[in-house]
Amino acid sequence: MRRWAILAGFLVVTGCLFLAGARMRPFGAPRYDLMDRYFNAWSQTEAATNNVVTAIVFDYRGYDTLGEATVLFTAVVGVALILRKVKR
Amino acid sequence: MSVVVRTIARMLVPVVLIFGAYVILHGHLTPGGGFQGGAVAASAVALLLVAFGTESVKGLKAPFSVLEDLGGVAFVLLGLLGIGYTFFFNVLAGSGGLFGSPSPLGPNEGVLNTGGTLPLMNWAVGLKVLGGLGAVLVLFGLFGGDDDR
Repeated sequence: MRRWAILAGFLVVTGCLFLAGARMRPFGAPRYDLMDRYFNAWSQTEAATNNVVTAIVFDYRGYDTLGEATVLFTAVVGVALILRKVKR
Repeated sequence: MSVVVRTIARMLVPVVLIFGAYVILHGHLTPGGGFQGGAVAASAVALLLVAFGTESVKGLKAPFSVLEDLGGVAFVLLGLLGIGYTFFFNVLAGSGGLFGSPSPLGPNEGVLNTGGTLPLMNWAVGLKVLGGLGAVLVLFGLFGGDDDR
């Protein structure tokens, strides 16, 4: 009984994966490319930089970079906290 | 480590630091930026740590901490520059002043004086990542000791 249940679950999951694979869009084709086209067209005008990635990371999504900087800061604080000298 | 490792490390550390500085300074023109350049520069600290032991980088702990704080504060202040429009608005882009030249449109060889606040933020984040990762490496070295030197 248990074996049959495991087999049925395996078949269902595999079938779902195959279904998703069959209905996938062509390789590399984005689902939406509105923002892609906007960034490519305007980053040299609005952010005055050749590097579109930098324009996105530091200008359009500055909040995201602030979060990353916070993550780094938290990591450093955590390491400093764990590896500090404890006086006994 | 052996004399071979120490000699090669002595030769490589300036090169690694210069490459990190290059990646940070040209972050608005070439692939890479503050995070990547800071990580490259911090790998020089790892090289020093491996080759010369903890004693060589022990004194760098406090400067690295200060560097990380300064970088973070500078990053937030640069974001606050554009608070008249939105947080992180690029006020310096195309203004004609520091880093204010308009970028040529289309494929071009790159003008260093473009990007507005982006190069300054790259410097801030680069110093922050160098300080943060360097401090972590020094702390690891201090904690683990270097018995296999």
